[in-house]
Amino acid sequence: MRAVTKRRTWLYFIPYGLWLALFVIAPVALIIYQSFFDLGHHFTLGNYSTYFQSATYLKMTLNSVWYAFLITLFTGLISYPTAYFLHQLKHRQFWLLLVILPTWINILLKAYAFIGIFSQAGLANQFLTFIGIGPQQILFTNASFIFVATYIQIPFMILPIYNSIDDLNPAFVNASRDLGASNWQTFRRVIFPLTLPGVKAGVQAVFIPSLSLFMLTRLIGGNKVITLGTAIEEHFLTTMNWGMGSTIGVILIVAMIIVMTLTGDKKPKGGAPR
Amino acid sequence: MSKKLANGYLILVFAVLYAPIVFLIVYSFSQGETMTNYHGFTWRHYQTLFSDARMLAIVANTLLVALLSSLIATLIGTLGALGINRTTKRVTRESLLTLNNVLMVSPDVIIGASFLIFFTMLKIPLGFGSVLMSHIAFEIPIVVLMVLPRLREMSSSMLDAAEDLGATTRQLLTQVIVPFISPGIFAGFFMALTYSLDDFAVTFFVTGNGFSTLSVEIYSRARQGINLEINALSGVMFLFSLLLVGGYYWIQQASQKRKHRKREVAS
Repeated sequence: MRAVTKRRTWLYFIPYGLWLALFVIAPVALIIYQSFFDLGHHFTLGNYSTYFQSATYLKMTLNSVWYAFLITLFTGLISYPTAYFLHQLKHRQFWLLLVILPTWINILLKAYAFIGIFSQAGLANQFLTFIGIGPQQILFTNASFIFVATYIQIPFMILPIYNSIDDLNPAFVNASRDLGASNWQTFRRVIFPLTLPGVKAGVQAVFIPSLSLFMLTRLIGGNKVITLGTAIEEHFLTTMNWGMGSTIGVILIVAMIIVMTLTGDKKPKGGAPR
Repeated sequence: MSKKLANGYLILVFAVLYAPIVFLIVYSFSQGETMTNYHGFTWRHYQTLFSDARMLAIVANTLLVALLSSLIATLIGTLGALGINRTTKRVTRESLLTLNNVLMVSPDVIIGASFLIFFTMLKIPLGFGSVLMSHIAFEIPIVVLMVLPRLREMSSSMLDAAEDLGATTRQLLTQVIVPFISPGIFAGFFMALTYSLDDFAVTFFVTGNGFSTLSVEIYSRARQGINLEINALSGVMFLFSLLLVGGYYWIQQASQKRKHRKREVAS
């Protein structure tokens, strides 16, 4: 083939190769390396034994996974119908753009908006007073954390599901209807299984970040909710115990790999990323 | 009936999606000091914002980091995509792509924490430099992902033709390949820009004391409570995002139109 070009142009590849080595491989290696050192820079397995023997850490991990699960579940329940109905609209490209637009607003501004909405005299409490329930403590509760996290993740779930619905061949749906399937049967046996890859991609896009949303736990959860991300931030930037922080980081990476394998494409070809 | 239900549901979802943003912007014009009762129209918070020297410096920093990092990331990412596209072995290509996507799927905290260890070990001072490098690092993979599909669309006969006609490697790159993949490069640049402007967690880890970006500043101010200057800031940023989305949409439409035109010519 183009042997000449091939030989001459490998030089262009150097910056990218350097990036791979320095900013992809080295950091992952470093965080694993760091997890074997204690506060006095001595090699130790202590961080891991502390982690696995401490009820606090294990409970925190379970809690974090549970919250991420709830956030993913709610996001999915809201997003699937949205993507489905959105796909039936006339100007769907435009509406899709309107779904994407909020993701371009800085996440902290959105969190900040909810500090105002959920505050003592905020919009949510005015509404609760109006319908006769009376003002409640909303900010700094677990529910508010889950609500805001779900709010932030919804567009990231809608997009992949929308794409998979877009890929669905309408002939299958028509065939199923012609063969006498009810709407529900068509959905359960044809549409949903065929759009499952989109749901899986959405779960990937939502579940992993939900394990690490430390700014939301601080701003909205009022330090009551502690996720893996909060714990890492705490260890790195507050208590300066990098070894323990890295250990939790390694746990988070392992969790990430588990989620990726569970939701990964099992098709032999492997979809091209886009 | 079901159509009405569907539309009602969509209206509800869109209302919830936009309510907080509208809420923020509405109160940026309120005369009060909190986001509770609307007290009549004023531009005061915008005036405060535009005379806040610290905030303006941070905005300038943020834009500088975003533009500079996106430019560099676009350059490196495009070269990387060219390299990946040229690999002939399937295994090499797949493993390169997997490595490329590591930073795309890693949680922000992991990226931030591991970069912090990295910079500290190399004794690189935390500040503008470390933030810039981190932003370049997490923007490169998205550029690669945006450029690669365009490269795959490129027919090799076009390259062979250029080569047969005596094009040098440089000419091949600048006059054939780059013009063809430019929509992908622009899309990558825009995505890199938004990634940079949107990032909080990674910057928060590697920023040190002296340097701050908008996200980090909003975080520290939001922890102190409500300040309508932030609302004014969000109004300005919303306008800015609208422009960016508009620009991105326009580029996509333009590239699609070009594709259509080409198809028409071909048929």
